[in-house]
Amino acid sequence: MSTLLFYDEIDKPGLASLSTYHDIGGYSMLRKALDMEPQAIIEQLLASNVRGRGGAGFAMGRKASFLPKGDMDKYLVCNADESEPGTFKDRELMQKNPHLLIEGMAIASYAIGASRAYIFIRGEYMHQADVLDAAIAEAREAGFLGDRVMGSDYSLELWVHRGAGAYICGEETALLDALEGKRGNPRLKPPFPAIEGLYQGPTLINNVETLMNVPHILRMGGEKFAEIGTSGSTGTKVVCVSGCVRRPGNYEVELGTPTRDIIYGLAGGPPEGRKIKCWFPGGSSAPVLPGTDEYMDLPFDFESIAEAGSMLGSAAIIIVDDSVPIVDVALKTAKFYRHESCGKCTPCREGTNWTVKMLERIENGQATPMDLDIMASVCDQILGNCLCVLGDAMAMPISSMIKHFREEFEEHIEMARERNGLGAAIPVMNRDERGPDRSAEYSAVGH
Amino acid sequence: MTPSPSDPSRRLAGQVRRYSHGSRVPDWDRAADLQKAPAVIPDLATTRVSDELREAIEQYMSRYPDRRSAALPALMLAQKVHGWCSPLAIEQVAAVMRLTPGYLSSVATFYDMFETEPKGEHTVYVCTNISCALRGGDAIYEAMVEAAGDDPRMNVRTFECLGACDIAPMASVNGEYVGPLDEADCRQIVDELTSGRPVLEHKRLRDRPSAIDLPMGDGLPTAGRDISNRITASGNDVAGPKDM
Repeated sequence: MSTLLFYDEIDKPGLASLSTYHDIGGYSMLRKALDMEPQAIIEQLLASNVRGRGGAGFAMGRKASFLPKGDMDKYLVCNADESEPGTFKDRELMQKNPHLLIEGMAIASYAIGASRAYIFIRGEYMHQADVLDAAIAEAREAGFLGDRVMGSDYSLELWVHRGAGAYICGEETALLDALEGKRGNPRLKPPFPAIEGLYQGPTLINNVETLMNVPHILRMGGEKFAEIGTSGSTGTKVVCVSGCVRRPGNYEVELGTPTRDIIYGLAGGPPEGRKIKCWFPGGSSAPVLPGTDEYMDLPFDFESIAEAGSMLGSAAIIIVDDSVPIVDVALKTAKFYRHESCGKCTPCREGTNWTVKMLERIENGQATPMDLDIMASVCDQILGNCLCVLGDAMAMPISSMIKHFREEFEEHIEMARERNGLGAAIPVMNRDERGPDRSAEYSAVGH
Repeated sequence: MTPSPSDPSRRLAGQVRRYSHGSRVPDWDRAADLQKAPAVIPDLATTRVSDELREAIEQYMSRYPDRRSAALPALMLAQKVHGWCSPLAIEQVAAVMRLTPGYLSSVATFYDMFETEPKGEHTVYVCTNISCALRGGDAIYEAMVEAAGDDPRMNVRTFECLGACDIAPMASVNGEYVGPLDEADCRQIVDELTSGRPVLEHKRLRDRPSAIDLPMGDGLPTAGRDISNRITASGNDVAGPKDM
């Protein structure tokens, strides 16, 4: 039986209320933290080696240690703008256990010396935002927030800030702009938010699940926490399994659990008679991996998935079964990023648009296999050339689809041309002589 | 004082379709003076703002070191009052927040949840992103559009991933997440909305236990699974980014 930090009691009735949370030992870690030196808490976070749960996987302790010390206006921002397609873990965690997040944020704010903290929640999560509002009011009433937290000298104001529907606001600097009441455009980095973030002040931004780990780390001790999971990926992870599976949902596993156990064991695998064609390991921004045994046997942790050519991201596994054409998946994915591109950087704004247009050419039977190379090169031009990674987040899955399923793309092109009465793009007799496979040249995966 | 027929705001109001909710708001079609420079902060003394709206916005402003931060929640409040981010709504927010209407318009046009033209009062966001599409989200959208028909009170639109792929295909009905939906549910949603009853109470996400406690389904989608992206001319996905 693996360790569960969040899901052992998640459906306990009344867990969202302060009284129940307090009964199971809630806010005792905040008490403990207030008796510690802030630096000692950061040491515990460093020892735990807990990595960010939002997508980038950056070590939380290191990020917190980048903040300058001393007396100044510092901020803690919780990134609850969970918009990555396929991700829905923070939603369930916030709705069912809001006080754990509040306690984690209070401890983290104390550790970095922030006197104001904000939860930036996406506007669509109205019920969850209401739950958080109510929980914060309860906690403030009971003295866990506000002036002189639990009788100490430390004061903290915590507010929920509702977004209004923009995927880009999950990017940390765009989130800060949205929180400052502007259009959510990413900023040039450096300076990183740890130095110059919200209102130009040093700001720590962390995902909901990351902050919820903080009370657990203090309770167990950083070193004990680091024993869960693998050496590079410590702790547990809430994995969101969705798409073509028999039981989609959130499942908490120790990092390093075999992928097969998650997809087939917990989520029940694909429907009867279907096979997994490909899967996104970390939301729709992660390069896809084929559903073969080689990939099913991968341990589900940051390093193994990265070695396999993808990324753990937000640990949102989306399963695509063999009845779905890969071109449709690519087009659906690309359209999402085209819609969500903020338009600030040209490679992303134009690249996402032209990728959609080229995929539509394929769908309409106007494309030739050369379009695949052009598309791969467009994706390659986006990578690393923008202020944020939204463009990369389209380029990586699309080029991975071309890499793994090039033959299906080519078949799709020919079929669509035939349907359109345009004739074959490559004469049948020449099919075997189409020249060297150039996809590796453009491949974003493995750079 | 009623504006003369040649008044630009009067002409605009004539073009704007009227809805039941709009008519209930006093002066909803009056105040936008398009000849006024959008870069001038409206004077709170001469702009009519209801006390509730002003106090609610001011309360948000007090939560931040910089009052500008309240722009998103303030616009959302004004949208609730006016039904959409109308020029009047934006002017009222601008007067309270001491920002220019032009600035607030730029913010309102960026975010998907702000309506920049009049819309029906019942909002239905149908998720058509990848996880929902794999389980029939596109068919649900089409069924929902058909069920809504040309009822002006309904505002049905596609939406990007709403973060509820465990109940795919799903929709957010006036902010309440419901799913997994089948085509019959769409009819029921429209009926319940228009008659003012709570929507699909047995399929609400907020009451759902965590997945591990649920029985294993057969994994088959409840509706057709054609994700061939035929839906382009809807809601927010017309010709690329919303505003460039």
